[in-house]
Amino acid sequence: MRPFTYSRAASVEEAAKTAATTPGARFIAGGTNLLDLMKLQIETPAHLIDVNHLGLDRIEPTAEGGLKIGALVRNTDLAADKTVRRDYAVLSRALLAGASGQLRNKATTGGNLLQRTRCPYFYDTRMPCNKRRPGSGCGALKGVSRSLAILGTSEACIAQHPSDMAVALRLLDAQVDTASADGSRRSIPIADFHLLPGDTPHIENALKPGELITSVTLPRPLGGTHVYRKVRDRASYAFALVSVAAVFAKDGQTRFAFGGIATKPWRTPAADAAASSGAAAVAEAALSDARPTVHNAFKQRLTARTLASLYRQKGA
Amino acid sequence: MPDPLTRRSLLQGSAAAAAAISVSGEAQAAPAGSPQRRKEQQQMNPVGLTVNGREVHLQLDPRTTLLDALREHMHLTGTKKGCDHGQCGACTVIVEGRRINSCLTLAVMHEGDRITTIEGLGTPEKLHPMQRAFITHDGYQCGYCTPGQICSAVAVLEEIGAGIPSHATENLDQIAFSDNEVRERMSGNICRCAAYPNIVAAIREVAEGEKA
Ligand SMILES: Cc1cc2nc3c(=O)[nH]c(=O)nc-3n(C[C@H](O)[C@H](O)[C@H](O)COP(=O)(O)OP(=O)(O)OC[C@H]3O[C@@H](n4cnc5c(N)ncnc54)[C@H](O)[C@@H]3O)c2cc1C
Ligand code: SF4
Repeated sequence: MRPFTYSRAASVEEAAKTAATTPGARFIAGGTNLLDLMKLQIETPAHLIDVNHLGLDRIEPTAEGGLKIGALVRNTDLAADKTVRRDYAVLSRALLAGASGQLRNKATTGGNLLQRTRCPYFYDTRMPCNKRRPGSGCGALKGVSRSLAILGTSEACIAQHPSDMAVALRLLDAQVDTASADGSRRSIPIADFHLLPGDTPHIENALKPGELITSVTLPRPLGGTHVYRKVRDRASYAFALVSVAAVFAKDGQTRFAFGGIATKPWRTPAADAAASSGAAAVAEAALSDARPTVHNAFKQRLTARTLASLYRQKGA
Repeated sequence: MPDPLTRRSLLQGSAAAAAAISVSGEAQAAPAGSPQRRKEQQQMNPVGLTVNGREVHLQLDPRTTLLDALREHMHLTGTKKGCDHGQCGACTVIVEGRRINSCLTLAVMHEGDRITTIEGLGTPEKLHPMQRAFITHDGYQCGYCTPGQICSAVAVLEEIGAGIPSHATENLDQIAFSDNEVRERMSGNICRCAAYPNIVAAIREVAEGEKA
């Protein structure tokens, strides 16, 4: 790791202010992604601001009947929360399908949303990568791209978004609440939070420099049957090749979100509209814009099969 | 017979090699005498921890992971460095009652925390029931992953007791012990010798003992 200085923020305001005024500053929450990348010198912050002691670790009901999840709530606690288990089961399921028990004990809501891709070329500092080193090229395009995205890709980057949790949050239409150094607060719809790679794959989200995630807010529960299905190379402790989150509800309210196949947590209105026509129709609608490589074309068939298995699971 | 290579001498050899790797790894990060190194010497942070019931006060470079603080600074070498990237679980310790990967957290972030390592669970004279069960069931071969496995296993039984669900839980409101639950919950601890069936048997024995 490159040398850095460390401080503990005592308040949200102080954290945001320090981040905006200290060159090379980054927040550290669970540290499970940031430290991993710092050891490989993919991330080289000059200063770390520890945001673990800001009281952002609570889960509270909102006046609108939804749920406000503090940015520092651990993945274990969010998955185990009674209200989440009852009203937002797809979120519990997505969290529990990710990482390991040890990692979920540390990983936070905010950190999980911001975790970076698992593209092998992003991890290999000897290889070109537009996300790691803007303008250097993309090692994956002509490389081994089996794990990478088929939706939302660009000429510059085809990296998949790795989070399971974020797929469920996308399905549930969560809002990402933030605080900035000037004292302003805002709430970003999750659909606009993660950005497509386009020409600037190194810019991954809508946060401004120094902007701190304070919480994630869920709207009122949708009801219905919640399912999260993740397909991976081993039965546990591996990132998704394909994942599908779904809420099967009455009155044409069924919706789907996809992970492992796209550059950001993915939803398509066309897929939701095809729900009553069955799994094959949903897959066709979801994948109509897919741009696979020779290595990851299998993800199309795998998505269709995952949807089929989801329909069976829902029926059972 | 020409100098037989015993399992113990092999283990000692590889342990020394592992130690050498971690020392040279630190040296690589910033060569002594370099501007980086000088800068870093000015930036030692005081850290107070309670490790296995004992208060410890250290001055640490903020880059020091909890794992390196335990092994290199407190000489508690029971906790192992495997991958150093949260992928293998050999570094699992229990912090404030929860198991974590000590390699993916900074020691300075744990000011005031209570930490339990394999050395704090039991001693050779007075083994923790989980340590005894691993011996009874042969829950290891080379033993490198074992401290992490045991710390994880102790925490897994507490997590099940506390009603925390897992990916293997069919009904999110009914959390109970099963071999399947153990396999899923222990998936963050890799065993290169694949002693998995015996590890599950050891954990089952302790779980049944706790129920009785
Ligand atoms: C071996 C391994 C396997 C894994 N498997 C999976 C998996 O299967 N599925 C999955 O979804 N994930 C998986 N993960 C990733 C894991 O979920 C993430 O590492 C974790 O969620 C990151 O959260 P954190 O709190 O530790 O983030 P940190 O590492 O602390 O931070 C990550 C980033 O977010 C920023 N940040 C943190 N908090 C805030 C905030 N409040 N406001 C603004 N910025 C912030 C940091 O500056 C940093 O850039 C795995 C990780 C490992 C190491
Ligand atoms: S796909 Fe994206 S992350 Fe992977 S090498 Fe190309 S630019 Fe880098």
